[in-house]
Amino acid sequence: MHPVLADGRRLAVYMTASLPVALAGTALLAQGRNALPPAPAALIAFPLSVAATLLLLPVWYLCRALPVYETSVSRLVLTHAGGALLTGLAARYLGGSVARLVGSTRPGAGIEASYQAQSAGVMAAGALVYLLAVSFHYVLLGVDATRRAEQHSMELSILAREAELRALRSQVHPHFLFNSLNSISALVSVDPLRAREMCVLLAEFFRKTLALGENPGVTLEEELAVARTYLAIEGLRLGARLSVEEAVDEAARACLLPPLLLQPLVENAIRHGIATRPDGGVLRIEARTDGRRLRISVENPFDPDAPPRPGVGVGLTNVRRRLLAGYGDRARIEAERDDDSFRVAISMPAETVG
Amino acid sequence: MIRVLIVDDEAPARAILREMLSAEADVEILGEAATGLEAVKTAAELKPDAVFLDIEMPKLDGFEVLELLDPQVAVVFVTAYDSHALRAFEVHAVDYVLKPYRAERLREALSRARARVGDRPDPVVLARAVRPPGQYAHRVVVKDGAHIHVIPVERLDYAQAQDDYVALRTEGKTLLKAQTLAGLEASLDPSLFVRVHRSFLVRLDRIRALEPYGKNDHVAILADGTRVPVSREGYVRLRELLE
Repeated sequence: MHPVLADGRRLAVYMTASLPVALAGTALLAQGRNALPPAPAALIAFPLSVAATLLLLPVWYLCRALPVYETSVSRLVLTHAGGALLTGLAARYLGGSVARLVGSTRPGAGIEASYQAQSAGVMAAGALVYLLAVSFHYVLLGVDATRRAEQHSMELSILAREAELRALRSQVHPHFLFNSLNSISALVSVDPLRAREMCVLLAEFFRKTLALGENPGVTLEEELAVARTYLAIEGLRLGARLSVEEAVDEAARACLLPPLLLQPLVENAIRHGIATRPDGGVLRIEARTDGRRLRISVENPFDPDAPPRPGVGVGLTNVRRRLLAGYGDRARIEAERDDDSFRVAISMPAETVG
Repeated sequence: MIRVLIVDDEAPARAILREMLSAEADVEILGEAATGLEAVKTAAELKPDAVFLDIEMPKLDGFEVLELLDPQVAVVFVTAYDSHALRAFEVHAVDYVLKPYRAERLREALSRARARVGDRPDPVVLARAVRPPGQYAHRVVVKDGAHIHVIPVERLDYAQAQDDYVALRTEGKTLLKAQTLAGLEASLDPSLFVRVHRSFLVRLDRIRALEPYGKNDHVAILADGTRVPVSREGYVRLRELLE
């Protein structure tokens, strides 16, 4: 469908353009040596320019077939020079017919003769109008292309976001699930109540993880609730080896962050930290805000002599990438390790709802 | 009667193994261990026929434990990690069991352990199977009586074949490990360690100089002054790596 005919607003703008053309035409015909009186000049110029504007609509198809940047200059010049010439000739003869018609209502005024004397000017005007129409259509094509490109890039960013969410969900390590199920399997006979507790915790963890993944931003408190559920499950597996400390400001709890940003850090703290030590240790989560910055840290001991477990650094890299994508240089993440403890610290803008 | 040892760092995981294994008439559970280190020590002391072994554990992982166990011991890996376990077991372990499991599955593993006690494949194949392609050992573990040494590969200068053992040279000490030189070579990154001689595997960055020796041979001078013989084939390999 033609973009001008498909959109009422565009058609209005396009047809309005015939008004100045008609006025200019009237002025042109009503001056000089063979000037026409203003009324007949307008009577000729107006229908002529409206007809030309309408008849030039199909030029869009020509413009679409010959994109400016993909067509050779010679071909563009030849085609549109031809188009201009044809439009000029058509305007001249069409104008002649109109002049004859107008002249027949006022015999003796010499209207047709005056028109014929100016027909070269009409032809030039017709060619000019053609070129204007071509420019208009090229601009229109450009606008549409830009809009399509914008839409495309928006679709791409939506796709990228969906991919990220999918990745987030699958980031929940299957081994965590398998190990937890194995613990349940063990507890069923010896401690049915704890087995049931673990089933409920697992369900809670997956439900919260899925729900959080849908949101563009969640509060730190929601994020911590997921971490607490996760740690409760790991606590049932690791027993006395795991203890957790949480030092979080009230104000910090309301701050927003991308969903499941902390989760990989907490999982790492267990897998590459607490679980590598025969006697376990304390996992410490801290968060504070001064109203402008939000600072979060996750700290854990690890065994420097432990065999390295696969997947070291993957979680941290993901978190770093997500912070960069969401906040650019307004967020920072640093990992420090000393002899037997590891600490990841995030500093990011403190944002709250509303 | 089969005498077994249970190794897992998680108490519930040990509990389910104990529960299922103790239900079997001819199984005697000798004990449990919660770390790889404890596993090796307990196994040396109690001499089990079979070990049910987790992979990710503190101190030593399951693969390292397996290397240090008496070759007669049948090893059944019990793990949630199908990815790297699969490779290892296809070839050398008696069986692998994925967590969680049914009692029948464990019984199956048990009967494989009974059938294959004392039968372990070639250490070279084993060493290759334990590591996925392109991934090599970060460290070498050695049992020295009751003591277990963990040598990071950065600190291993060279290894020398001595009958059924390899002598590992690290930080001025020499440790003996029951392994073939080919088995050790297969577990280490070939861009870091070079077999310069039938009996010598050398860490490339320890070589300070190469001198001709006799008509066809060379000798490598290491950072600590040790002179290591280099065969003709070894010289070709070295040249390739150094270029």
